[in-house]
Amino acid sequence: MPASQLAAGLGLKPEHFDAALACRRPGLWFELHPENYMADGGPRLAWLDALRAEHPLSLHSVSLSLAGSASPDPSQLARLVGLVRRVQPALVSEHLAWSRWQGAYLPDLLPFARTDAALATIARNIDIVQTALGRAIAIENPAHYLRLEGHAWDEVDFLAELARRTGCQLLLDVNNVAVSAHNLGGAPEEYLDRFPGHAVAEVHLAGHSLDAALGELLWIDSHDAAVAPAVWALYARLIARIGPRPTLIERDGKLPAFTELLQEQELAALVLCGHAANFAYKPEVLA
Amino acid sequence: MKPAGARQPCPPRATASTPAQFQQAFVQALFDPGDPAGALAAQPGFAVYRNTVLGGCVDALQANYPVVAALVGRDWFRAAATDYARRRPPTDARLMVYGDDFGAFLAGLDRAADLPYLPAVARLERLWREAHLAADAPVLDARRLQTLAPDALHRVRLTPHPAARWQWFDDAPARSLWQAHQDADEARRTATLAALDWRAEGVLVTRPHASVRVAPAGRPACAFLAACAAGASLPDALAAAMAETDAEAFDPANLLGALLDAGALRGLDPV
Repeated sequence: MPASQLAAGLGLKPEHFDAALACRRPGLWFELHPENYMADGGPRLAWLDALRAEHPLSLHSVSLSLAGSASPDPSQLARLVGLVRRVQPALVSEHLAWSRWQGAYLPDLLPFARTDAALATIARNIDIVQTALGRAIAIENPAHYLRLEGHAWDEVDFLAELARRTGCQLLLDVNNVAVSAHNLGGAPEEYLDRFPGHAVAEVHLAGHSLDAALGELLWIDSHDAAVAPAVWALYARLIARIGPRPTLIERDGKLPAFTELLQEQELAALVLCGHAANFAYKPEVLA
Repeated sequence: MKPAGARQPCPPRATASTPAQFQQAFVQALFDPGDPAGALAAQPGFAVYRNTVLGGCVDALQANYPVVAALVGRDWFRAAATDYARRRPPTDARLMVYGDDFGAFLAGLDRAADLPYLPAVARLERLWREAHLAADAPVLDARRLQTLAPDALHRVRLTPHPAARWQWFDDAPARSLWQAHQDADEARRTATLAALDWRAEGVLVTRPHASVRVAPAGRPACAFLAACAAGASLPDALAAAMAETDAEAFDPANLLGALLDAGALRGLDPV
């Protein structure tokens, strides 16, 4: 199935494998972190094959370290190539961040100053990945927690230029836009309204939480709550402007029942069906 | 949205350094709580990255070594795992394989000195993980052995299944400790552990199909599989097994039957 025909999907955790496999909701698709399926054999790959037989999949990589000074780790890239060949995912994506330093892998999405040099390095790394995979990947805007000096580029312009230079697609995480705007200042509406809609291959929605120590001062992109009403409103605004795009509900922590995630998935599907213009978030829809 | 600048007065000087220098300073600040980089870690948001990176490593170790974690308790485990992550951050982006030498690291910890069984249990959990992720392959059908002419038995070698792992533990009943922790009932688990016969033990870990199996293994079985893995002929592998036990008590058919049942063998090839 081409990615353009995907509607609303769900990030998938092992706890929900059986329910996901059996679910027959039209347009439903699932996103997974490929790192968890890079095995030589065994139950993880068997399960992935079974899921792929029933549903379109998206592989959302977290470890290629595209904004690192070094090129992507060749072994890791080779494993991703193998997995992409195996499951033929509708979408492949990665983050605008780095996570590797001198052979060490740091399991996070780390920030950098958006300079001309960074742009050249990341464009090179995206090229390496896209050439190896033989297809375009989508690059996701990260959540920000630090004010860095030395940004020569605004993030939206930076992503648009990467798409222009490399032919990559963009993955617009609306929750990350809201979290970053809260933490660093700025209007999320302004960010979304300037985002190059033609390049958006996928949209992410997730819940955020307050920092344990700082509370309201610092929002955390924690993926451990339902999508916030303000983020639904931003999403509806985005879709009204750029049209429907494959949209994913991400949930990694405090995992609710699968049916509860399906209610959020249904809400996103409603927005995608053209109800964006007059969409108003009503908590009772989720009740 | 309110501007956040007022509460973050010391932005790190990313411009003063190359991207590589910035990344180096960032990594140093992540792993060194003494904060040599100053400005970076002065922002409250920096703790988010430090917690995510170290927490991600520790969570991965806890997922990969659940019985070690149960044996020492959550706080002890997370402190040891944090030490390990600081010294040996992951090199492989697949966190499901992180911590291959965690057992050896535990063996060198002062505070683990009175827990000498920990490295052995960690080693067993590592074998479980290797079996879980290993390549698929059909197991050797016992009938292929049974239908060989007696003289042909001397000219074949058996190969271990790709998911088969084995280990003899001189120091601790690692398998019994591990097995006791598979019981979710705490009272029963405690009783099992209290009655544990403290002696050397071997383990055979196999995954003939989807699920990993953990079974006891004697010294002969471990020696037999090691010889097979090294390419020995069937008679030589049996001789290696017999050397580990009383010649009179040794029953080759029994040994082979147990290994075949467990799915520890894959191939039968001419020598």
